[in-house]
Amino acid sequence: MIAFYVLAAVLIVSAVWVVRASKPVYSVVALLLHFAALAIVYFTLSAEFIAIIQIIVYGGAILMLFVFVIALLSSGVAPFQSGPNRLPRIAVPALTSVAIMLLFIAYAIGRVPAVTAPSTQLPLGAAVGTANAFGSVSDFGRALFTTNLLPFEITAFILMVAVIGVVLLAGDAAPYVPTRRRARAVEREMREAVLRAGEE
Amino acid sequence: MPYQALAVPVLNYIGLSAVIFLIGVAGVVLRRNPLIMLMSIELMWNAANLLFLTFARTSLNNAGHIFAFLVITVAAAEAAIGLAIVVVVFRSRENVDVDEIALLRG
Repeated sequence: MIAFYVLAAVLIVSAVWVVRASKPVYSVVALLLHFAALAIVYFTLSAEFIAIIQIIVYGGAILMLFVFVIALLSSGVAPFQSGPNRLPRIAVPALTSVAIMLLFIAYAIGRVPAVTAPSTQLPLGAAVGTANAFGSVSDFGRALFTTNLLPFEITAFILMVAVIGVVLLAGDAAPYVPTRRRARAVEREMREAVLRAGEE
Repeated sequence: MPYQALAVPVLNYIGLSAVIFLIGVAGVVLRRNPLIMLMSIELMWNAANLLFLTFARTSLNNAGHIFAFLVITVAAAEAAIGLAIVVVVFRSRENVDVDEIALLRG
């Protein structure tokens, strides 16, 4: 019980850190902490396989991607700018939408009282930690490859589309990448055309 | 004793998920750095995943785990494409402030 509150504190603090960080690299570090704590929370929910996947895919693959892109972009000319602070302008709509969202959550929880009760009565199954327990690899794999085979295949297709899209977007022979110089040339031409039209 | 009850009421997990989601929304709305915005989107994915796993645990139903797994893969695809867009924009404009990327505003 104490563990949950410690983990929740770590999760919230690291999430705030992700948002408040002055540089994206600090955000990545905070996000790593966040994912690790979240994996432990998943373990407390007896979702062993998802916890491991969380570490591997999020902590390993996605964060590596972020780190690579940061390393790629930071070597360029312009450092990252934080931009203007837009908190004052959006404070009222933000608070309003937060209030609406909390109302919705409260309404949903009120509608389903069974959900909020501590789950003391659970159907019997294999003990936690054994091979066929709820959330274990064999349990998960059986559900994934029998009942949910079609979603699994569709996900594979989505990943393939994503890979092709990334290669098309950022690959070496990107189809159309307007450079700043070309944009400036077009702008100059248009301005001269407008001036000519004005003279005539 | 096959399954122990959760150590804390389920409401705590729901509240934690809502808080993380709201922090992610705040990150997307307040920050103008596309990388930090993408990371905030990851926070929101994770908040949703936490809810999936919580309700999977309370109802002892595997479907939540499957859905969380699919969400993780889609999040990976989203991160890859988002970062590719960031790289392309940076390559062409040498600046990645999202306020200046207003080509589609019309």
